[in-house]
Amino acid sequence: MDNTNQPPKNDLIDLASIRARLSKEQGKVYWQSLEAISGNPQFEELAKQEFPDNTEVWIDPFSRRKFMKIMAASLAFAGAAACNLPTERLIPNEKIIPYVKPPEEIVYGKPLFFATVIPFAGSATGVLVESHMGRPTKIEGNPDHPASLGASDVLGQASILNLYDPDRAQTCSYLREGKSWGAFVGALSEALEARRQKGGEGLRILTRATSSPTLASQMKSILAAFPKAKWHQYEPAISDSTRAGAQLAYGEPVNTIYNLAKANVVVSIGSDFLAQGPAALRYAREFGQRRRSSAEKVLRMYTVESTPTNTGSSSDHRLPLKPSEVAGFAQALASALGVAGVSNSGADNAAYKNWVSALTKELQENKGTSLVVAGSGQPAIVHALAHAMNQTLGNVGNTVSYTDSPEYHPDGFTGYTDSLKELVKDMEAGAVDMLVIVSGNPVYDAPVDLNFAQAMSKVALRIHYSSYYEETSELCHWHVPESHYLESWSDARTFDGTASIVQPLIAPLYPTKSIHEFFAAFTDQKDRTSYEIVRSYWQTQFANDFENVWRKSLHDGVIAGTAYASKTVSLKADAFASASLPKSTGVEIVFAPDPTVYDGRFSNNGWLQELPKPLTKITWDNAVIMGPAMAQRLGVTRTYGNSGGEHGRSYVDMVEIKYQGRTLKAATWILPGHPSDCVTLHLGYGRKKAGRVGNGTGFNAYSLRTSGEPWSGGEVQVVKVNETFEIACPQGQEVLHGREHDILRSSTYEAYKSGKSEEGKESKGHHEEKKEAEESVEHLSMYPEDEHKYPGYAWGMSIDVGNCIGCNACVMACQSENNIPVIGKDQVLRGRHMHWLRIDRYYTDNGHDEPLDNPEAYFQPVPCMQCENAPCEVVCPVNATNHSAEGLNDMVYNRCVGTRYCSNNCPYKVRRFNFLQYADFTTGSLKLLNNPDVTVRSRGVMEKCTYCVQRINYARVEAEKENRSVKDGEILTACQSVCPTEAIVFGNINDKESKVSKLKAEQRNYSMVEDLNTKPRTTYLAALRNPNPELNKKG
Amino acid sequence: MEVKSSEETVEPKDVIPLLGPGHSFSTITEKISSIVLTRYTPISLFIGIGIAFIIMNLLMATVTNLLFTGVGIWGINVPVGWGFDIINFVWWIGIGHAGTLISAILLLLGQKWRNSINRFAEAMTLFAVACAGMFPLLHTGRPWFAAYWLFPIPNTMAIWPQFRSPLMWDVFAVSTYASVSLLFWYVGLIPDLATMRDRAKNRFVKIIFGMMCFGWRGSARHWVRYETIYNLLAGLSTPLVLSVHTIVSFDFAVSVIPGWHATIFPPYFVAGAVYSGFAMVLTLMLPARAIFRLHDLVTVRHVENMAKVMLVTGLFVFYGYNMEAFMAWYSGSKYEKFMMYNRMTGPYGLFYWALIFCNGVVPQILWVKKIRQNVIVLWVISIIVNVGMWLERFVIVPTSLHRDFLPSSWGMYWPTIWDWGMFIGTMGFFLFLMILFVRFLPMIPIFEVKTLLPESKVHHHEG
Repeated sequence: MDNTNQPPKNDLIDLASIRARLSKEQGKVYWQSLEAISGNPQFEELAKQEFPDNTEVWIDPFSRRKFMKIMAASLAFAGAAACNLPTERLIPNEKIIPYVKPPEEIVYGKPLFFATVIPFAGSATGVLVESHMGRPTKIEGNPDHPASLGASDVLGQASILNLYDPDRAQTCSYLREGKSWGAFVGALSEALEARRQKGGEGLRILTRATSSPTLASQMKSILAAFPKAKWHQYEPAISDSTRAGAQLAYGEPVNTIYNLAKANVVVSIGSDFLAQGPAALRYAREFGQRRRSSAEKVLRMYTVESTPTNTGSSSDHRLPLKPSEVAGFAQALASALGVAGVSNSGADNAAYKNWVSALTKELQENKGTSLVVAGSGQPAIVHALAHAMNQTLGNVGNTVSYTDSPEYHPDGFTGYTDSLKELVKDMEAGAVDMLVIVSGNPVYDAPVDLNFAQAMSKVALRIHYSSYYEETSELCHWHVPESHYLESWSDARTFDGTASIVQPLIAPLYPTKSIHEFFAAFTDQKDRTSYEIVRSYWQTQFANDFENVWRKSLHDGVIAGTAYASKTVSLKADAFASASLPKSTGVEIVFAPDPTVYDGRFSNNGWLQELPKPLTKITWDNAVIMGPAMAQRLGVTRTYGNSGGEHGRSYVDMVEIKYQGRTLKAATWILPGHPSDCVTLHLGYGRKKAGRVGNGTGFNAYSLRTSGEPWSGGEVQVVKVNETFEIACPQGQEVLHGREHDILRSSTYEAYKSGKSEEGKESKGHHEEKKEAEESVEHLSMYPEDEHKYPGYAWGMSIDVGNCIGCNACVMACQSENNIPVIGKDQVLRGRHMHWLRIDRYYTDNGHDEPLDNPEAYFQPVPCMQCENAPCEVVCPVNATNHSAEGLNDMVYNRCVGTRYCSNNCPYKVRRFNFLQYADFTTGSLKLLNNPDVTVRSRGVMEKCTYCVQRINYARVEAEKENRSVKDGEILTACQSVCPTEAIVFGNINDKESKVSKLKAEQRNYSMVEDLNTKPRTTYLAALRNPNPELNKKG
Repeated sequence: MEVKSSEETVEPKDVIPLLGPGHSFSTITEKISSIVLTRYTPISLFIGIGIAFIIMNLLMATVTNLLFTGVGIWGINVPVGWGFDIINFVWWIGIGHAGTLISAILLLLGQKWRNSINRFAEAMTLFAVACAGMFPLLHTGRPWFAAYWLFPIPNTMAIWPQFRSPLMWDVFAVSTYASVSLLFWYVGLIPDLATMRDRAKNRFVKIIFGMMCFGWRGSARHWVRYETIYNLLAGLSTPLVLSVHTIVSFDFAVSVIPGWHATIFPPYFVAGAVYSGFAMVLTLMLPARAIFRLHDLVTVRHVENMAKVMLVTGLFVFYGYNMEAFMAWYSGSKYEKFMMYNRMTGPYGLFYWALIFCNGVVPQILWVKKIRQNVIVLWVISIIVNVGMWLERFVIVPTSLHRDFLPSSWGMYWPTIWDWGMFIGTMGFFLFLMILFVRFLPMIPIFEVKTLLPESKVHHHEG
């Protein structure tokens, strides 16, 4: 295999013949090397391997000039500092179709949008990617895609940063030494040839979950060529129990799809379906629509869960239970609902007895319009019980439907853990002599009891294909860099089977390969591009009218008519015959994918690392999360440091977790609402080879996680050790200190609709309240009333606090849109995080006896309020912040000298200051990421939310060109456009018909700290909840 | 200078005179000018300036790092955007109040006891203002722009400063104050500079002082013009004493932040400034008096009078603290109430109580005459008051900011070594200038002290 690596032998060069040829040439002759002009066929073969795209130019003497041009461009690009990249270089060679406007030609300064999908964890989310001069800069949701509906999530938003990450693997390597792709292909072919005779015996391919039809067909043909080879799949953060649960209930691993639009009552059993999972955005959209005060019937949601999640915190009722009790609850509820074959043991457990009775009543009253959702971290039996409950309640066909799974698996696949286990077993037995790991990082994320690294060391040839040179790459011979999804052609199915083409927006920044090109190297068509591969696959699917289908699919971002038909399933009679529930054994541990870095694959993404996690608000680390009662028992505390303090630096105690004979020392975090005798550890941290950003952050949950109990387990010992750890948490305060009325108002739908608020909380109805506020405050001004008029547009925003599920998508979108820098843990510790839009999380007592153990949580997005009487404007000595004619508080970065007075005087503390040089002006690849419409701020400058003024200006200009005014909904701020629940609405408040005006006219509209008379343009809609009066009683 | 002789004659016997016994015109001239011209420099001055120089270099190092790295080297963050920078600014500018007050207001009020301490106090004012002036500029994120964008300089872009901003007013208030103080101080120096010129033996020194005194010959016409301009400047400075700190207090009072937004701030700040100014004069004057044996020129009477001013202004300030607490309760605003409660019991509670102790409790012992006349105790009290006044600014600036309206953005502020470096560095700079001043210029106005002599009155009666 090494031969191809050797430089060509010297005897390839025939000096005499070169001399002869040169003498025959006319004019100047340029050559790269002596081999190049020798016209030697062996050399040409070599050239073909090295530069498959360009071989024809290379060999053809007439296009040598073009070749030089390409080389020059590549070299210039490799230098990479250049901002003004030649656009022809950036655009992929193949034809890509923009989403809205056809690129007759790129208009300088005008962005184009292209539809594509983000293939992720066995599914895909449709997105529209904004491209400036050939550079993708921003991800938006694709309204036509069923998993997006126009919204987008944090991982999708942040994935664009990975494209430009300077730490990406940029070249093939063999034992860390840089090699060419050609060299790899040579080595691979040799290794494959050696195994071809034996049918590929000893060859194992380990991939992640995939829903790519093209990849599946490629795998099929590779396995056909090497019949004894085996394909394994492993995905650390996808639970096998979802599949196993369906198998248990229906005898086949069907895919479950919910329809919240039709549901009146939703019971989530440990499921964070609003924020996690392939269809989370869709469910959140449906949830949001059913939670508006205008909704005909407001959905009521109950959540039973261990770790507090976005879904649980957005529910009307949340019951914190240990993982083992959650299963017990599911069984008790199923039994009470009359699911056949379920025992009613444990139904009288005091922890959930009243819940079971209340829920039973409510669910039975809503047959066909209720929904029971089981969380992916729950054991298979809970999933099966949920299926059975939905069947019993007649929800199947209404709020629940079933289809085939959009994922593709190897034959005989039973689960990711099983698949990996089988591979490890084979490796340990010495049955594997060539292992190809594709896109995964099992050395880091495989269950610890499998000893994957040790087993892998027995494999003679190990090849790793991934975007980063990471833990697994270190232990492999070859490493091949993976192209980003924005650089390569592919395809993927989403949660309902709808397929989409992944179309690239930019040619690969580095000589990386797409997964299809990588697998093409296993076949005899080694130099096929992913474009050809993907296209030829779909050509077989749409033989008629292919070009039109292709064009339309690229344009729309979905391939029409590819959604799977729903399946009719019937519950197995003996589903629960051998069912056994997990036993409650001492302190339990929960493992869950991290809300920001997921399973660790986003560890090197600074945006995600610095994104405060929805409930804990921790950045840059994970921690052992426990409830206040348990913390008290262990003597674990949290104190605030002097610098930054509650706004940054927290000192927390460290604990040692002993679990199944392994120990991990980690920081703790006390989270209200977390059940006692139970701890949660999120995956994805403690990486050693993630890159400059991700190395050394947090604690490695995989070092405790076993294949037997990947999601929860018992018999955990948690011991406090005498060490503290600094955690960067930008929001230390958890309660409102009696300021609910000024900051975050809440009530119930019932009270709101009947005109009176919840008893005890407010004595007056919102209507009266508002009237009184208007009388006492609004007309009090030292300025004449008509001094400030906004004759044209008057921009305003309305944020529905009740509809915010705290998913953070808006925060990430704002960071991406507005070039907000990442500042690192040290600066967050000092209380200087830069997010223009933050989500405040507050807890309130919900009438429970122990509010700390089960509080009500609220999320409140806080952008700039764009006050009409802005306290910031008058205090700036240099006029760097001004009021625009449309009512925005404009920030003139050029003019700012950085006195920080504006920030001090901002009651909402939404201004952010560049205390140091935070923006990266030096890393070439990161420059490409910046939105050219937004200034990159330098040191010493204040910055803040501008309502995405660049978008406003763009729309205004477009409207003026067409001699019309800006239409309602034409401008979507970055936060608004990604919001899955549509909680943020922006528009012209002068237009009384605009959506935002209508929302502001609702009686529950209020402005934050109204008494200051700042007259904010951003106002809030009081959070409304829909509690069950029966459960709301104390005790 | 017009002095009512009748007053002089009715002075009670037990009052300590403003001038020691046995002085004539020539002894006064000799005593004061010899410090500059003939006497050996005391070794303590060499040690002092050495230390001051080293500390001043700490300032240089800090400012260098500040300009190259950014204000992020300090402990400031988002709820607390101002820290040591503004605390120290206000502290120094407060210290800079005594000079003008002593020189101008006491001059206009005909308080003769000011005569031996006014120049020293004025010099202190100037140097304190120089230290204070550094902070507003260097605390900005981009001082290279702040240096001129804050001034209303006509430009092609037609961009003006924001005239509604108190920081803008600050620029005018402080720069006016600094320039008037400088003029006032220098004008007062001119006759003495001429004396120095006349007495200098060294030709080089003669030339220097000769140039500095603008050809003063002491003619009657010179004296008339001098008196006119000096009184005019005194009249001009008087409102400035009130305006500077009033405007500095507007930096806070104009904002909406609880703990800042208070109408009591202007008078309370001015009183505090005078209070700290007198404390600083005592802190510096008492050692200088000992080192140069000036007990006959700066007598216990001077010291006691300063102690009395401290007591009075200290009571103003203490009243201010109590009114703040009262208003917080009386306002009925939950934010005001919380601010006060947080000040007293929050994470910075210790600072608040230390402030009350230093500025409210300790000065009460000045009611006792014996203590007012005890130089050592007074010196200790003056230092406690200086610390107290610094604490007052600490309590006002970060403690109000760190927990304002939205609990989600509450934070903490704590200085870094660079905050301290800048603070201590300015002290070194101040001390350095002060030592240069006492060594190279007549620190006590010779001609004004002479007016205290009976000879000067005889002349007056005869004339």
